[in-house]
Amino acid sequence: MSSASVEPTVVARSAGTPEPAGTSAGSAFDDAAAAAFADEAAEAYDEKVPIWVKIALPAGLVGIVLVSFALGKYSVSPAELVDGIVRHFQGQTLAGDDLSLDKVIFNIRIPRILLVVMVGAALSAAGASFQGMFRNPLVSPDLLGASAGAGLGACIGLLLGWSTILTQLMAFATGLLAVGIAVFMNRMVKYDRLLGLVLGGILVSTLFQAGTSIVKLCADVNDKLPSITYWLMGSFSGANQHDLAIAVIPMIIGFVLIMLERWKLNVLSLGEDEARSLGVNTKRTRMLVIVAATLLTSVSVAVSGVIGWIGLIIPHLARALVGPDHRKLLPAAMLLGASYLLIVDDFARCLLSMEIPIGILTALLGVPFFAIIFHYNSKGWS
Amino acid sequence: MLEVRDLRAGYSADNEIVHGISFSLADGEFCCIIGANGCGKTTTLKTVLGLLPRLGGEVLINGRETAQMRERELALHFAYIPQIHQLPFPYRVKDMVLMGRTPHMARLAAASADDKRVAYAALCQMAIEDLADKSYTELSGGQQQLVLIARALAQQPDILVMDEPTASLDFGNQQLVLSRMRGLADCGTSVLMVTHDPAHAFYCADRAIVLHEGVILKDGAPTDVITAETMLEIYNTEVRVDRVDVGEGRTGCACIPIVRKSALDERLLAELMRGKS
Repeated sequence: MSSASVEPTVVARSAGTPEPAGTSAGSAFDDAAAAAFADEAAEAYDEKVPIWVKIALPAGLVGIVLVSFALGKYSVSPAELVDGIVRHFQGQTLAGDDLSLDKVIFNIRIPRILLVVMVGAALSAAGASFQGMFRNPLVSPDLLGASAGAGLGACIGLLLGWSTILTQLMAFATGLLAVGIAVFMNRMVKYDRLLGLVLGGILVSTLFQAGTSIVKLCADVNDKLPSITYWLMGSFSGANQHDLAIAVIPMIIGFVLIMLERWKLNVLSLGEDEARSLGVNTKRTRMLVIVAATLLTSVSVAVSGVIGWIGLIIPHLARALVGPDHRKLLPAAMLLGASYLLIVDDFARCLLSMEIPIGILTALLGVPFFAIIFHYNSKGWS
Repeated sequence: MLEVRDLRAGYSADNEIVHGISFSLADGEFCCIIGANGCGKTTTLKTVLGLLPRLGGEVLINGRETAQMRERELALHFAYIPQIHQLPFPYRVKDMVLMGRTPHMARLAAASADDKRVAYAALCQMAIEDLADKSYTELSGGQQQLVLIARALAQQPDILVMDEPTASLDFGNQQLVLSRMRGLADCGTSVLMVTHDPAHAFYCADRAIVLHEGVILKDGAPTDVITAETMLEIYNTEVRVDRVDVGEGRTGCACIPIVRKSALDERLLAELMRGKS
């Protein structure tokens, strides 16, 4: 208000005898009033997540999981599922139909469904935390180059004809490497650390994508190139227990780290100076979030290829449901992301006689979905 | 007790803005920093808070060097009330205020019942408890400023640091905020406030520091420091400072600029109006 000093103002305080404006709390409050105030405070801070959200999100995921078992060339009904699992762990020798049911459940459906659920939750949580940290609702989890990095690693593995496990480990490692380089390059921009990170991510992504193109150029057109191209589109079609074993530990570490930082993410999204003046070690919190999101994204890309859009859309949907508070946003985003990706994966394997790469479907479904949320979301972001 | 000794500050070593200033702030003291744009007010605040790296000098709280404190310990001493700004996400008012409790929370713990109680008391103290469930981004500028002040109160700091907290408030809300700040100072919280309006210093400060080109020009009681000569020197503006009887035996001071009709350049005026019928 630049005109303030022009106003012929003001003023009313005789020097020396200030009004006692804040009557000191101790003397004025008796115990009953203090207790009443505590109740009032507790009620004001009572969390009001709608019950239907609390119940519908987990119940929805469970429902979709059961439906996913039933869908496909070999349908497994919920009763058969329970039956099959019980028999598997009783250690009975199985034969005939029972054996094939057991194989379908444990070698095909469970790995695939669990993997889809984990990847959906991972990409959504990583996206939500990056959007909060970068204070930008249009950021996706591969901003710092995790996808491009993992992509290059996987392509190299495929080109050299490595085993699947080795290829996945390579993809995971190069994903981490790419983000590491982006974080290192961050030092170039001294005045704005977040901008430096974004810039580093863009440069590293470009670099690693160029690397991927070189690998494709070198690949045998009849044999290697199609497998590389197909992998880059993203798919769960080959999902098995080994994928699950590779993914599970980094995923759990990532989920735990992100959930531990959920409150600090709120503070961090207020901006660097404010977060620090509120007592947050911004450097450390930012690094923890980057490490967690990178673990989640890299391992997702390593086991399933590049699956776009989900890490961008799902946090928005979750924010529209439960608001921007990361304490509620992160669990909601994970549940929604898992359910959404599972639905899309069901389409991917059942829509046509051949398997459709899921990355194509998430993009095809994602664009109109995003347009609709954008149109109706008035409170999700300002 | 805050002591600043020979503080040099700026955005880089070859761009020093504040050239060695010293002052101290007693418990419960209300101090305004005034000065022209670019004189180093905000730089001083940010450097004292540790948000900008120091180029030299010492900042001590109760005799302890702040450079050796972690963010969290600093946040238990200092609360910073920034100018209001756009937030990317629409947090609810009560959550914004609860964020003030962050330095009090154990590293991995969530907000306790006591944290919520303190935050609610801060909301009530600023008389915004009715806004608790509203989105911060939907509030008016004045309400947002009250929320930020409530958040600072929830932090239970020894020293409140404010950068033009009244810049976006209407006339009534300015006095409301300032009188609340004054009340806090009377209860023992020190206040360090940057302001553009000399009237605010008269209204609520015990002390005014006039910053001019990176050094302290004057330091003392507002009535001694804010004089026609000082104002002319730092703002290049002629003012009259007058005592006003405001009733009930109290006097206030007013700093009134003597506005002269500014002469616009005739030739440039003609250029400006070119083509306008």
